[in-house]
Amino acid sequence: MKVQLTKLAHARSGDKGDTANIGLIALHDELYPILVREVTAERVKQHFKGICHGEVERFELPNIGALNFLLHESLGGGGTLSLMTDAQGKTFSTALLRMEIEISQQEATDLHG
Amino acid sequence: MKQKIRIAAGQGFWGDLPDAPVRQVEGGPIDYLMLDYLAEVTMSIMQKQKARDPNAGYARDFVPLMRRILPACVERGIKVTANAGGVNVRGCANAVIDVARDLGLAGKVRIGIVTGDDIMLRIDELLSRGVELRNMDTGAPLSTVRDQIQSANAYLGASPLVEALNQGAQIVITGRATDTGLTLAPLIHEFGWSNNDWNRLAAGTIAGHIIECGAQASGGNCQYEWRSIPNLADVGFPIVEASPDGTFVITKHERTGGWIVIPSIKEQLVYEMGDPREYITPDCIADFTTVRLEYEGRDRVRVYGIEGRPATEFLKVSISYSAGFKAVGTLVYAWPDAYDKAQAADRILRRRLDRLGLKFEQVLTEFVGVSATHGPLAGPPHPDIPEVQLRVGVRGQDRSAIERFTKEIAPLILTGPPAVTGFAGGRPKVEEIVAYWPALIPKEEIKPVVEVLET
Repeated sequence: MKVQLTKLAHARSGDKGDTANIGLIALHDELYPILVREVTAERVKQHFKGICHGEVERFELPNIGALNFLLHESLGGGGTLSLMTDAQGKTFSTALLRMEIEISQQEATDLHG
Repeated sequence: MKQKIRIAAGQGFWGDLPDAPVRQVEGGPIDYLMLDYLAEVTMSIMQKQKARDPNAGYARDFVPLMRRILPACVERGIKVTANAGGVNVRGCANAVIDVARDLGLAGKVRIGIVTGDDIMLRIDELLSRGVELRNMDTGAPLSTVRDQIQSANAYLGASPLVEALNQGAQIVITGRATDTGLTLAPLIHEFGWSNNDWNRLAAGTIAGHIIECGAQASGGNCQYEWRSIPNLADVGFPIVEASPDGTFVITKHERTGGWIVIPSIKEQLVYEMGDPREYITPDCIADFTTVRLEYEGRDRVRVYGIEGRPATEFLKVSISYSAGFKAVGTLVYAWPDAYDKAQAADRILRRRLDRLGLKFEQVLTEFVGVSATHGPLAGPPHPDIPEVQLRVGVRGQDRSAIERFTKEIAPLILTGPPAVTGFAGGRPKVEEIVAYWPALIPKEEIKPVVEVLET
């Protein structure tokens, strides 16, 4: 079944030049493997179609149950060059939490149990 | 040797809550106050201020702040590390010395200053010797923007600050020092960590990373259970309580708002993160995949297990350069058909700009209330949306073209779609763009200079 990431994770995002970073953090340690399985760099790239014009890189932080994504070419040039309202990519965090992922019936039961 | 050192964050950026450092000093026991003032383009603003007034060019807010807290700092032996010096570290230090004398504290406090980060006057010499200072993001050599450079500073690490503390400085003022070095230096000074004790240096660096954005570690901008965060109006800024073994606790003063919880620390850990295994500073490489967190009581999170690796042979350089001009105009369209009207106004505006033959590098239209933050991910707006803000930005090298654009916004009120308002601020302002150019420089090119001044 489909579930929105906001049910499984919280996040914080920021910028480095024209690259936005999104740290996606599992709400509970048991949910981290689902994030690793479902929230791939490819899925994130697809999710941010029309927003992220470059590559998406993913890094794993199993110690804190988090994934870090780098979305290159996403901030209209970045820093002071950018004309965007969100030139610092601060709201990319919740934009990612809009993503819907697939979880099993068992995982859904655990989530609501 | 002390077994616990408490370092309090007082400012997360230049313009953060003005009273936060005062509350850190007055709200409970601390050993150090750490103040981070410098964002990436702050140096260029300060360079401009110094060009107009040779006594300016530093974070001026720091001086009245010191007037408020210096007596308490002297009385209780609280030391201060601050990168408030900008491009005029000596000017900043002299202003603080004047304050100390005014307060009758002459002879009771020593001011350490760290310079040597400013390479503005050495650019041509460096380029001529083949130090290309290529843009770390784009790979372009610095020579392509040579004539537009406004400031150039190497990020100094903790070492010169340690030297100043070792020489008895109570207030250490730097120019472009790293945010993390302001926290790491006191730990090296107090605990005598050696300069190749990579795990401990990484621990101090990560401690610095956690508190360098102020309240963003203690409940500010915290997504996790945000409605439950207590009393953000009185948010307590974070404090590192560090031990000689490199472990530390993140906490805050009692009877302050906000919270220190594992999720708030995790959110700050991943903030502006690149490769978590390679957080590179002048002092070490910190590995964020080794961080362990556990609760040690209410508003106390213990951080341990951190590992690090040897520092690289390079320092990062922050260069700012003029990159043209920009302006942003906004208008607000009301129900009914607010979004349709805003879109129609945008089409009219663009047709007029085209007819004027103005050349821009970029024109960006956003619809605030519809898609400005999440773009197409937000989906179509509600048909009865009460209002939409049209926000149009332009950027280019020709200042007159940007000026002309600013004159095309207000006329849309009387010459475009109806039910429009929100133009109280007058014409949009034309802004000079000062852009950021990150580069690397071999460490041996930079010689930090430490002086300790008497008051």
